[in-house]
Amino acid sequence: MEYSLFILVAPFFLFLVLGLLGMKMKPKVAGIIGTIGMGLCAICAYTVAYQYFFQTGKVGEVWQQIIPLNFEWLRFTENLHIDLGILLDPISVMMLVVITTVSLMVHIYSLGYMHGETGFQRYYALLSLFSFSMLGLVVATNIFQMYIFWELVGVSSYSLIGFYYTKPSAVSASKKAFIVTRFADLGFLIGILILSYYTKTFDFGTLTANHAELVTTSLAGGTFMGLSLATWALTLIFMGGAGKSAMFPLHIWLPDAMEGPTPVSALIHAATMVVAGVFLVARLFPVYFFAAPDVLELIAYVGTFTALFAAVIAITQTDIKRVLAFSTISQIAYMMVALGVSDYGGHDGLGYMASMFHLFTHAFFKALLFLGAGSVIHAVHSNEMSQMGNLRKYMPITNITFAIACLAIAGIPPFSGFFSKDEILAAAFHNHPLIFWTLWAVAGLTAFYMWRLYYCIFWNTPKGDLAAEHSADSNSLQGVGGHHHTPHESPWTMAAPLIILAVFSVFSGLIPFADFISSDNRPFHAHIDWVVASLSIGVGVIGIAIATVLYLKKSDKPAEIAQSLGVFYKAALHKFYLDEVWMWVTQTVIFKYICMPIAWFDRHIIDAAMNGLAWTTQKSADSVKGLQSGQVQFYAWVFVAGSILIAVLVLFT
Amino acid sequence: MIKVEYYLIISTLMFFIGIFGFITRKNMIAILISLELVLNAVEINFAAFNRYLYPHQLEGMFFTLFGIAITAAESAVALAIIINAYRSIGNININNMNKMKN
Repeated sequence: MEYSLFILVAPFFLFLVLGLLGMKMKPKVAGIIGTIGMGLCAICAYTVAYQYFFQTGKVGEVWQQIIPLNFEWLRFTENLHIDLGILLDPISVMMLVVITTVSLMVHIYSLGYMHGETGFQRYYALLSLFSFSMLGLVVATNIFQMYIFWELVGVSSYSLIGFYYTKPSAVSASKKAFIVTRFADLGFLIGILILSYYTKTFDFGTLTANHAELVTTSLAGGTFMGLSLATWALTLIFMGGAGKSAMFPLHIWLPDAMEGPTPVSALIHAATMVVAGVFLVARLFPVYFFAAPDVLELIAYVGTFTALFAAVIAITQTDIKRVLAFSTISQIAYMMVALGVSDYGGHDGLGYMASMFHLFTHAFFKALLFLGAGSVIHAVHSNEMSQMGNLRKYMPITNITFAIACLAIAGIPPFSGFFSKDEILAAAFHNHPLIFWTLWAVAGLTAFYMWRLYYCIFWNTPKGDLAAEHSADSNSLQGVGGHHHTPHESPWTMAAPLIILAVFSVFSGLIPFADFISSDNRPFHAHIDWVVASLSIGVGVIGIAIATVLYLKKSDKPAEIAQSLGVFYKAALHKFYLDEVWMWVTQTVIFKYICMPIAWFDRHIIDAAMNGLAWTTQKSADSVKGLQSGQVQFYAWVFVAGSILIAVLVLFT
Repeated sequence: MIKVEYYLIISTLMFFIGIFGFITRKNMIAILISLELVLNAVEINFAAFNRYLYPHQLEGMFFTLFGIAITAAESAVALAIIINAYRSIGNININNMNKMKN
């Protein structure tokens, strides 16, 4: 399966071509080249997936790790070397399919959405770079290769968030995203170093083999500050994952990252990059499970808290992209929880499978939601819900596809979200009642805020104003407050990806995931736990029902409820002041007590030494520079006097 | 036969008169003339020492001839410089020739 290298080479080559020659092309040509390249890449990924899952992947009931390519890149010591290669196993092949599909959809969609933007070619070049780095990340054979691509992903995300680099808010958002994730990656790097220092390997296969025996034996006994070394290493690695996957309290960059173009949000900040942390934990799952089960517990609780926290904030936001951003944080936290509560092997490893399953389905419906939101923004030229309402007549395709995605994320059968979410809840049900009930409540909140969003965009007719609504078609402005022109359905380049993703969102839940992905790579049979399923459907329906009552028609009820919640509502609206807390931590604590003394030392000690040196040189130069008068005769006089002096010295000594 | 010391006295006098003029005069043509004095003093020395030390050889004499030729060339160049300096700054006072400092 050496041709799988093409999946990596193609986007990189596209990046070079579009990045270097893009300015010489017409924007449209650049876009089409990028899209066709990505299409070929997707076809190749599907072929790999078909071949892996249906022909070569399974040998005697066990999914194999196939390494078609691997070469040594840097050798440090006898055992420790960084390789670059391609690793195909169920989760990486699944990720290849997800990434190429969503990326292709975003490429097509952007042809319409980004039409006429300055820097269109740069946009496509960066999309290709992102696809390359993300694909490189998932097929990494060793943890260091993953780290390299991990950083590349961070860089391309940075440049895409800051795509509108003339907008100060976009620039600061891109910086925030980069610094926060980079800070988390510091933990990741230290974790890698601890792990590889003791195990003498970076290789995933070696690390996870035989129930992570290598890690447990080589890190055994070492403790630091009361915790075992394995706990430290794996917690730090999880910190990297938490940064990329926007887990509390490192989630603050993701809502701001919505400053980027909407298709970018769909690709990077919903479907692919933000699940890199989940993928990382899944990739190292045996290591976590056998070497540091306490870290898995930590992951479960961090995830549970994040899921609840983000869902509560999402209810109060009014910017549609921010609602989706917080919903993404919440859903990724679901995946993390699923990994956290999972056991190893067979049906006990349900959480692992559920996490990957939810990753798979979430990628499609969340990308669909973002692209739908982009389509709405494209029509209304605003991100604010208050500027929308009653759009269903103008944008039928967007309306229907968005509704499908909302049903999927709310967990209503038979849409895809139901199956994956149900598996997650089932995994938490038996052993972790607290986590289960929290997630159950979050499922209700999810259904509520998604439908709130849906109604606010597409319905929310002013009460008792149906007549006006009908006449809205003719005089076009009534009832759709604030539109400068009649909203219209998006062009086919934008509508087609919506429809394709809607199809995925409906049917991807029907895939028997347990046959393909499991914690120990042996297929098992997962069945729907009807107790859990009915609970989750119930809460989802309740959430939708409440949203329908409150938001189907415009009314004062939501405002009244907000009023009655008082402080709590305000705190949620301000994202629980987490940004301010971080601001306080960085500005007051770090800047004042760490950076300022260092700056003082730099300015008054180090700089002063340098300045003193320069001052001395200058002063001594000042005192002798009068000699260089430029008067030839003075020079001649000095020369003659010197000659005479030497002559006298020679003669009389 | 005239003693060599007399030649040397003459040439020393000429040399130091030339040096004095070179250092004190402000007019560039006067400086050039002073320089001629210095060079001629050297040439007198060449001729005198050749005559007294190696009367059957002619190297010193040839050096004198070379020196005269070189002096002529140098004067031509110096005069050209002085003319150009006059054109650019309007006088030939050596104290004004300090533009190169900056």
